[in-house]
Amino acid sequence: MMTTRINPLLILFTILVYIFLTGPLIIVLGASVSDTTYLTFPPQGLTLRWFENIFEISAFRRTIVTSLELAILATGLALLIGIPAAYALNRYRIQLPTWLSTVFVLPILVPEIVLGFSLLKSVAVGASAPIFATLLIGHTLLVLPYCVRVISASLASFDFSIEEAAISLGSRPLKTFFTIVLPNVRSGVIAAFILAFITSINDVSTSLFLTGPGISTLPIQILAHVEQFFDPTIASVSVLLMFLTVAVMAIVERTLGLTFLAK
Amino acid sequence: MTQALTVQNLTAHYGTTKVLEDLSLSVGSGELVSLLGASGCGKTTTLRLVAGFLQPTSGKITLGGKDLTRLPAYKRDIGLVFQNYALFPHLSVLDNVGFGLKQRGVASAEREKRARAMLERVGLSQLADRLPGALSGGQKQRVALARALVIEPPLLMFDEPLSNLDAKMRVDMRVEIRQLQRANGTTSVYVTHDQEEAFSISDRVAIMNAGRIMQLDTPETLYQRPANAFVARFVGFENLVPLKVTKRDGASVTAQTRDGSQLALSQDRFGEIPDDFVLAARADGLAVTTDAKAEGIPATLGLRTYLGRAYQYQCETAAGTLVANGALSMPQEPGSGAKLVPVPDQCCVLKPE
Repeated sequence: MMTTRINPLLILFTILVYIFLTGPLIIVLGASVSDTTYLTFPPQGLTLRWFENIFEISAFRRTIVTSLELAILATGLALLIGIPAAYALNRYRIQLPTWLSTVFVLPILVPEIVLGFSLLKSVAVGASAPIFATLLIGHTLLVLPYCVRVISASLASFDFSIEEAAISLGSRPLKTFFTIVLPNVRSGVIAAFILAFITSINDVSTSLFLTGPGISTLPIQILAHVEQFFDPTIASVSVLLMFLTVAVMAIVERTLGLTFLAK
Repeated sequence: MTQALTVQNLTAHYGTTKVLEDLSLSVGSGELVSLLGASGCGKTTTLRLVAGFLQPTSGKITLGGKDLTRLPAYKRDIGLVFQNYALFPHLSVLDNVGFGLKQRGVASAEREKRARAMLERVGLSQLADRLPGALSGGQKQRVALARALVIEPPLLMFDEPLSNLDAKMRVDMRVEIRQLQRANGTTSVYVTHDQEEAFSISDRVAIMNAGRIMQLDTPETLYQRPANAFVARFVGFENLVPLKVTKRDGASVTAQTRDGSQLALSQDRFGEIPDDFVLAARADGLAVTTDAKAEGIPATLGLRTYLGRAYQYQCETAAGTLVANGALSMPQEPGSGAKLVPVPDQCCVLKPE
């Protein structure tokens, strides 16, 4: 039996990476249960009152709901646009000009803050659209590139002659898309959903310009809160946001993902 | 219920590039016709036009008298077998085979019965519950074949179905395809670039080039009597010698090569000879002789290779380098002069290109 000696330096780097990755999470977790009125780590004492405090502040209650609604709707919209777009880009790759797929990455290249500002000028002020609608447009634009990219990657390895085989066997093209194409890129759609959801729910830069009186998102509310208070509430909100994201990922994985893996 | 396919004056473009020009083809009921040619010759385009995945610029496609030209692909009722199998990765073998029946509204119990019976015929009944990913290439192609056959299509089309299989599997599968096709009597179109494959399983073969059919005939006729220089080269006539008739005397004709050497040919043995023609011969069709009186093409012998049944020579002549075979009993040295005498049964007289 041959044994491979692992370079100790490699082990050191691995440990360092783990510390860098998990360190902030542990600090936030610790700070959120600290029984002090200021943020501190390691926690002094142990309490859950900061978590209770979130729900006592109505602004947090409202923004959590807004953020969730926004993330779900924006992700849904982006998938509705992104799946057909990614399909068309891959199905007709030879016929379409190459720059076309680049268009779908442009929103990533533009600084989000610029996206937010331009939407403020054109949609919120210009078209005087309701705040929530403006936010929804902003977030949809923000997550659309991820949807198109991730689903495209999944479709790139899809053999379109499979689709033709189904059509030749008598399946209508639209039905074929749902019964044959979509089930085979399901993992891409799930990945796109998760990525888009996380991007939307964590977004600050775009939302900063688009929130307005009465309507705000959770990250913006956290920002506003930190400007005035320095208590562990924001740590507990952060923890809540983390768990919320993980929960959504888990639900999506369970409902869509596992059935696919079990096949 | 197998039917005849006719393709009339089909022209097709990709953008502004013409890929198919005025192509006509008819496949009789129960017949297997191959489309043979190098990539880009239009054979796959023809198949895709008939399948309905491409629209022709002009022309007409009918199957059993019914006009298919403007019918959407999913209504054409054509069984297709693809090069890369194109099985549905997320469905079991049984569901793959049953897919076409499902589209036709066949009830689930009946569907399973017929799918299983078809899997039985291709020898895969024990793999019915597997996913396609767990099958070998040959097994996948059998599933694809079963999937196409189970809907009892009036027309079956194959697009390079054996290209992804190894050499032995290819030979086994083509026999199997031919047997199933014969047993069902399904009219079939088979696209391939492999001459041996096309010749071995087809009733007739269409040799294609640049969007046209160069010749459509039985494999035997194509192999022995190519109709033009392109087909001659395609089926392995290495030597194409342009000649001019200088004298006619009844059946006997005297022809002249470019360098002026005379060649006596009999129309009784070579068929009708026009004034300007090309003599096509495989290496076996030109006999190497040192007999000074023999009438043949003068040549200087070059490289000699041993074929087992004969010696083969690269011969320098006025018509370029020709390949000819000489008897084992008389090996000739490179550099020596000789004459290449056309062997009547092994040569073809063609019109010049």
